Amino acid sequence: MTIRRRPHAGSHLPAWAFVPAGIGAALVLLPLVAMVSRVSWGNLWPLLTSESSLTALALSLRTSATATVLCVLLGVPMALVLARARFPGRDLARSLVLLPLVLPPVVGGIALLYTFGRRGLLGHTLEVLGVQIAFSTTAVVLAQTFVALPFLVISLEGAVRTAGDRYETVAATLGARPTRVLLRVTLPLVAPALASGTVLAFARALGEFGATITFAGSLQGVTRTLPLEIYLQRETDPDAAVALSLVLVVVAVTVIGLTRRTGTESTP
Amino acid sequence: MRRRVLAVAPVIALVLGLAGCGGSDQGGDDDAAASPTPEAATLTVFAAASLMGVFEEIGSQFESDHPGVSVEFSFAGSSDLVAQIQQGAPADVFASADTKNMDKLVADDLIDGDPVDFATNTLTIAVPPGNPAGITSLADLTQDGLNVVVCAPQVPCGSATTTVEEGSGITLTPVSEEQSVTDVLNKVIAGEADAGLVYVTDVKGAGDTVEGVPFDESSNAVNTYPIATVSGASQADLAKQFIAMVTGSVGQDVLAAAGFARP
Repeated sequence: MTIRRRPHAGSHLPAWAFVPAGIGAALVLLPLVAMVSRVSWGNLWPLLTSESSLTALALSLRTSATATVLCVLLGVPMALVLARARFPGRDLARSLVLLPLVLPPVVGGIALLYTFGRRGLLGHTLEVLGVQIAFSTTAVVLAQTFVALPFLVISLEGAVRTAGDRYETVAATLGARPTRVLLRVTLPLVAPALASGTVLAFARALGEFGATITFAGSLQGVTRTLPLEIYLQRETDPDAAVALSLVLVVVAVTVIGLTRRTGTESTP
Repeated sequence: MRRRVLAVAPVIALVLGLAGCGGSDQGGDDDAAASPTPEAATLTVFAAASLMGVFEEIGSQFESDHPGVSVEFSFAGSSDLVAQIQQGAPADVFASADTKNMDKLVADDLIDGDPVDFATNTLTIAVPPGNPAGITSLADLTQDGLNVVVCAPQVPCGSATTTVEEGSGITLTPVSEEQSVTDVLNKVIAGEADAGLVYVTDVKGAGDTVEGVPFDESSNAVNTYPIATVSGASQADLAKQFIAMVTGSVGQDVLAAAGFARP
């Protein structure tokens, strides 16, 4: 599916463009290089396998995986509705879905607090039902889903719109029902975008910090995810904070690798 | 062709980046050397976040006593400030919320002279207005179904909490161990927590959004605030005068009004 559009990349580029581009690249990469240079490799393993690190890592993986599943379950229909359905205010809805992407996460945390907190919009109803969300792992998953959902929706919505509806129309004229068209035609067409959107959502959920610390609190094994553990370790043990940061950098690089792979297949 | 360009770009980037770093460091030194003129001077004070209100008040008093001098503050967690000073941040004065963080700078030879203790603070129980859970003692915090929030043991208010627990033999089972005392206070103000352990001054500063419940065991952990001039301060004289104001009657009155005790 790849189309070679740029046989001589860079040939039309003025030479000076490499200077600011290089500075930009340094700005992104140098801090990471500097951080990796501070890793104390000798006691990396004990730092990474300490009880608090492993608990935080396990909690992070568990909550991020759950949040990613929620993102797929809610985000795929959202993307399809935004891309295909015609309803008044669709453009506005498209913009509003992006809000968590541009909001500072701490603002998201405050908003979640006033929705699901004990004195929040839904808090009283939830309390009557015997559900307490604040300070629970559920709160972490909610915060992660809130910030990660737009990543999946944008990747998928763009792909669905670009793919067009010709094949779907054909399938429908051949007698396929809407659900069958969706599962057998639409989703396979946008599978690469769905995959990269899912991976991005997982990565965003894994890195979630601001909304979690504002909304969910911080308790080992319950709400203290890896980013919160890093922030706390910094207080007493900077080496441990750097070691744990390295874990997240490795995860991030892996995620970029995965999305690049699926991404090149999906972009025409 | 394309591959070669891509491979070269990061190298260019790194070289430029490193060159840029060297250049800006030198620029910073020149600026620092050029600025101290007696007429218009800036005193930079790094102070623990819990000192924000009182130090801003002392700072404006200092500015009106020293025409032409402006006092600039950086308020953050003491350990953050220590890390910044260790990395060369241009502080003239450092005021810490505990002796442990001040000792880190003393050990690194980054403090000029001896730190002076200028205030103390103790823990108290913060509860929502009206004290709905009817808490009257530290032991009340162990009741079932109560959402108690404390600071994590890694931060000063949390290590004070641990000391109080050890001294009293009472073990708390908090629903959250927060990063800072402000986070604990905000959880109580927001109504998420039924009670939280914070400093006396935090309750005082929060006005009528929370109530404080003093408890006897808090005397086990008295937090001492030291202040000192940072080594190589560009405004060493002004720094000493500022410290004198904090430890003198002006500073002590402001501190006492905010709920701090004398060391």
